[in-house]
Amino acid sequence: MKAPPFAYRRAENLTAACALLDAHGGNARILAGGQSLIPTLNLRLSQPELLIDISQIADLRGIRVGANEVVIGALTRHVDIERSADLARLCPTLVEAARHIAHPAIRNRGTIGGSIALADPAAEWPAAALAFNMTFTAASSKGERTLSATGFFKGLYETALEPGEVLKSIHVPLPAAGGKAAFGELTRRSGDYAIAGAFVNANLSGGRLSGVRIAFFGVATQPVLAVGAMQALEGTGGDAAALSAARARLEADLDPIADLYNSRATKLHLSGVLLGRLVAKLFA
Amino acid sequence: MNAPVPGLKPTTYIGQDTPRANARRLLAGRGQYVDDMHLPRELHAAFVRSPHAHARITRLDLSKARQARGVFWCGTGHDVAAVVSPWVATLTHFKGLKSAPQYAVALDRATWQGEAVAVVVAQTRAQAEDAVQLVEVEYETLPAVTDMETALDATTPVIHPDLGDNLAFTRSLDTGGVGDVFAGAHLVVEDTFRFGRHTGVCLEPRAITADYDASEHQLTVYLANQAPHMMRDIFAKHLDMPESNVRVIARDIGGSFGIKVHVYPDEMAIVGIAKLLKRPIRYSADRLESMSTDIHAREHRVKARMAVDKDGRILAFDMEDLTGIGPYSVYPRTSAVEGNQVVNLTGGPYDFRHYIASLKVVFQNKTPTCQYRAVGHPIAVAVTEGLVDLAAQKLGMDPAQFRRLNLIPDDKYPYTSASGLKFEQLSHHACLDKLLKLMDYPKLRAEQAALRAKGIHRGIGLAALIEVTNPSALFYGVGGARISAQDGCTLRLEPTGWVTAITGVTEQGQGTEGMIAQVVASAVGIPVEHVRVITGDTDVTPYGGGTWASRAAGIGGEAALQASKELKSNILALAGAILKRDAAGLDLRQSQIVERATGEVLQPLSETARIGQYRPDTLPREFQPQLSVTRQYGQRDWPFVFTNGIQASYVEVDPDTGFTRLLKHWMVEDCGTIINPMLVDEQLRGGIAQGIGAAMLEEILYDADGNLKNATLADYLVPMAAEMPDMVFGHVETPTKSSELGAKGAGEAGTAGAPAAVMNAINDALAPFNARVTDQPFTPERLLKALGKV
Ligand SMILES: Cc1cc2nc3c(=O)[nH]c(=O)nc-3n(C[C@H](O)[C@H](O)[C@H](O)COP(=O)(O)OP(=O)(O)OC[C@H]3O[C@@H](n4cnc5c(N)ncnc54)[C@H](O)[C@@H]3O)c2cc1C
Repeated sequence: MKAPPFAYRRAENLTAACALLDAHGGNARILAGGQSLIPTLNLRLSQPELLIDISQIADLRGIRVGANEVVIGALTRHVDIERSADLARLCPTLVEAARHIAHPAIRNRGTIGGSIALADPAAEWPAAALAFNMTFTAASSKGERTLSATGFFKGLYETALEPGEVLKSIHVPLPAAGGKAAFGELTRRSGDYAIAGAFVNANLSGGRLSGVRIAFFGVATQPVLAVGAMQALEGTGGDAAALSAARARLEADLDPIADLYNSRATKLHLSGVLLGRLVAKLFA
Repeated sequence: MNAPVPGLKPTTYIGQDTPRANARRLLAGRGQYVDDMHLPRELHAAFVRSPHAHARITRLDLSKARQARGVFWCGTGHDVAAVVSPWVATLTHFKGLKSAPQYAVALDRATWQGEAVAVVVAQTRAQAEDAVQLVEVEYETLPAVTDMETALDATTPVIHPDLGDNLAFTRSLDTGGVGDVFAGAHLVVEDTFRFGRHTGVCLEPRAITADYDASEHQLTVYLANQAPHMMRDIFAKHLDMPESNVRVIARDIGGSFGIKVHVYPDEMAIVGIAKLLKRPIRYSADRLESMSTDIHAREHRVKARMAVDKDGRILAFDMEDLTGIGPYSVYPRTSAVEGNQVVNLTGGPYDFRHYIASLKVVFQNKTPTCQYRAVGHPIAVAVTEGLVDLAAQKLGMDPAQFRRLNLIPDDKYPYTSASGLKFEQLSHHACLDKLLKLMDYPKLRAEQAALRAKGIHRGIGLAALIEVTNPSALFYGVGGARISAQDGCTLRLEPTGWVTAITGVTEQGQGTEGMIAQVVASAVGIPVEHVRVITGDTDVTPYGGGTWASRAAGIGGEAALQASKELKSNILALAGAILKRDAAGLDLRQSQIVERATGEVLQPLSETARIGQYRPDTLPREFQPQLSVTRQYGQRDWPFVFTNGIQASYVEVDPDTGFTRLLKHWMVEDCGTIINPMLVDEQLRGGIAQGIGAAMLEEILYDADGNLKNATLADYLVPMAAEMPDMVFGHVETPTKSSELGAKGAGEAGTAGAPAAVMNAINDALAPFNARVTDQPFTPERLLKALGKV
């Protein structure tokens, strides 16, 4: 299992990375933590001519708390999120989710930017981005632009990033007062990609839910906002009737697909169980 | 003199947790695995493998690959067949077993996805893999036989037309009158059990470096393998070389589990190509190749019934096993063994007289299957214990009580089972009693009941087992296999008083070398640090079978014991000659020659050895010291020396998700004399982990066309530490009288019983829902289906 031949360049800064991307077009790939890219090379599932290593660009790393948002550099590793005191205080759900990404050796190298740029349908961060209404900054030689997570994930490993663009940073809005969130996933072994996983994010005031956002991962070809279930829960107290209405919407919301071990029906069933448990957590 | 000098007492390491010498070396990264060894002028091989389960090769063009950078040689099956003759894996004691000639590299037809169809040799592995992509192969796909249930149907294509049908082997057993017993029984329970195909995932993949020296017509093969002498015989035979010109070296091995005791076509090809090219050729399977070419095991479907009288006594078993083995029986041990073991072992721990069984072993276009840790046992144990728990449930009897009633009484030995197995002396009841105490069974049952009332669904599962160990020649030798049924140990007294032990049994990481050192140190009378053990080199070690069927300690340990006794007596004779005393009055303790009666120290062994080696001129003219000895041992009293044991599993099932959490696992077993308790416990622990893998996670998935769907470790789920329950062990020691050491095997009992214990625990937890699972692995989806939720 050896990778096919490829050239390698280390980019010293974002400008250099973008220039290399422009020069080599579709034959070049960005290398961040390498935890998804290198296995695909070794399995000879992809054969890029050039790897542009951005891992040494210091500006792309780190977690910064702003007035209304937390800004996470694309190169911030899963382990940095797991250990961030700021995030533990402001967005504890993200810290909790980080612990479910793979195993420590992978979290020590894998990056949030790589995860979002790759858009693996079973990955945690893309779904978190949907549930928490995150925005992304993408950079290219033409400048920077802001993209909303909603609409960013377009299909299996497909995103709204244009050729020549590097994902620079991830922006997490600070939760409002009364903001509640919950995360959960079902895996047969710890560290595995989830059979079904979800983030639920809402405001809870006077026992009623508002601004409900629910994003699932591991169930379809991309992370999905469960729009129907969100509507069914909006304004309710998360009671049994509301929950069963929300569960009834999941099939249309998720259109789940079978994986190696779980049929569509199992995925749907487990997603429903998970939804029930996460909504209960909001009220716990 | 007031107080006498306190004399030295004999010391023994038998029964001690003695640390093993090689653990430190392996931990320090100084292991010498095949892949760590490099030879001058070596080349790397990579294989072109069939993407189809069954296909005729219509065109194979190597010209582009030959031009690729670094490529030295490319060849087809025909090129390799010119140097490696094909084989047919049958043995005469499996009457009617048939198989087709198998070539190192497929000639004109591939019969499973992953079978090699061409090979590339280059300066580096990466270059060889690059060139593999340039080999052009055109295939005409043929219908693939994948479902064993329909493999024998008239409409199913026959994989090897010359054989007439897809039936590799069939066996039936009938003690007579079984039908009447079932007809008259108070209760008959029956079920169908399915077992997922899986494989033993070794940390170190299969690896080989073959080096042919034309000047001496000498082939040296560095091989990750459990049976070096068997492989030497096979390489010699199929390369048409004198056996004495072949040397197989198997130094450190990173796990085997039975995977590395078979003949692999790609390894045969490497050896042939090395001879052809007269250059060292190396190859190791990558993980994808391991998953599709290492032997698989355990694809079985068993329909079984058990008859019980009104008191809950087992009267009879009736079972029918169907198993699929891929396109060839695997050389040289054959693929009939697993099914045969299932027939032999079903019902094994219980006292009953009526048994009817039938076995069908069919060919398929999937990876060949063969012996993997606990061959056949996990299937027989799951079938037996599944029915036992079902009967107990139907009778409203406690499962432990049901077993107490039916396990063969400890005072009823020797005993011949309904299937004809001969047991020397087992201890089922002593083990059961100890297990129930260890797990505090009544308290656990009370806890289970209390939690059930709160909607927490826990289950307790028991599984009694027997294990085949210390095999005699009846396992393979009688069928014509050139697999040694004995093993030897050579001991050499060094001039320093240290002892070098050279043994035919091999080390795969399980502690064989440590075990041998303990036996030798104890029996010779020296510190264990003064024993150096050498294994795994056919030019050096005594001829022997190697490591399989849990034989290393029982067979290799006994040979070491007998050699040690002989060496010690030679040393004492030498000391007697030096000290001018009667050797009978001397002993060797802690490296000191002492007076046997008092323990008084007379001479350090180093001095005795020095004189024996360098100053024989000082000894009486007629005395010649013998400072090297060899002893062989083959177990001949019984076909196999059985061990027994019982396991218990405690699980919690989430009825909403179908997820099962393993809370705790217990095992009490009897492997006879325990040489190193820690090594025995770790064998049990690792074995149970593999059994849990079978029960919960591991299953090789194929689609209907024979495409392997989960050939990476991301998709094929092996058990990992985080999901393992705590395991508690207890032991009963019933030494076998077939050897002086009394040790039986301990390598497979964990794997044998764990799946059944877990299955019974899950079904116990599911009982309130009237749900039951019998298809392994017990995935969340299978539980949800049983619960009617999906
Ligand atoms: C055994 C194993 C288990 C895993 N389990 C999980 C899991 O449970 N959950 C999970 O979410 N992930 C899991 N992963 C994946 C892991 O989280 C990866 O680290 C992550 O998906 C990719 O991040 P990376 O930095 O390693 O990216 P890389 O592998 O370097 O790159 C991945 C892709 O993203 C592109 N890319 C990377 N950074 C950027 C950027 N800044 N801008 C534009 N494109 C970019 C690359 O070109 C490439 O196409 C697992 C990985 C392994 C090996």
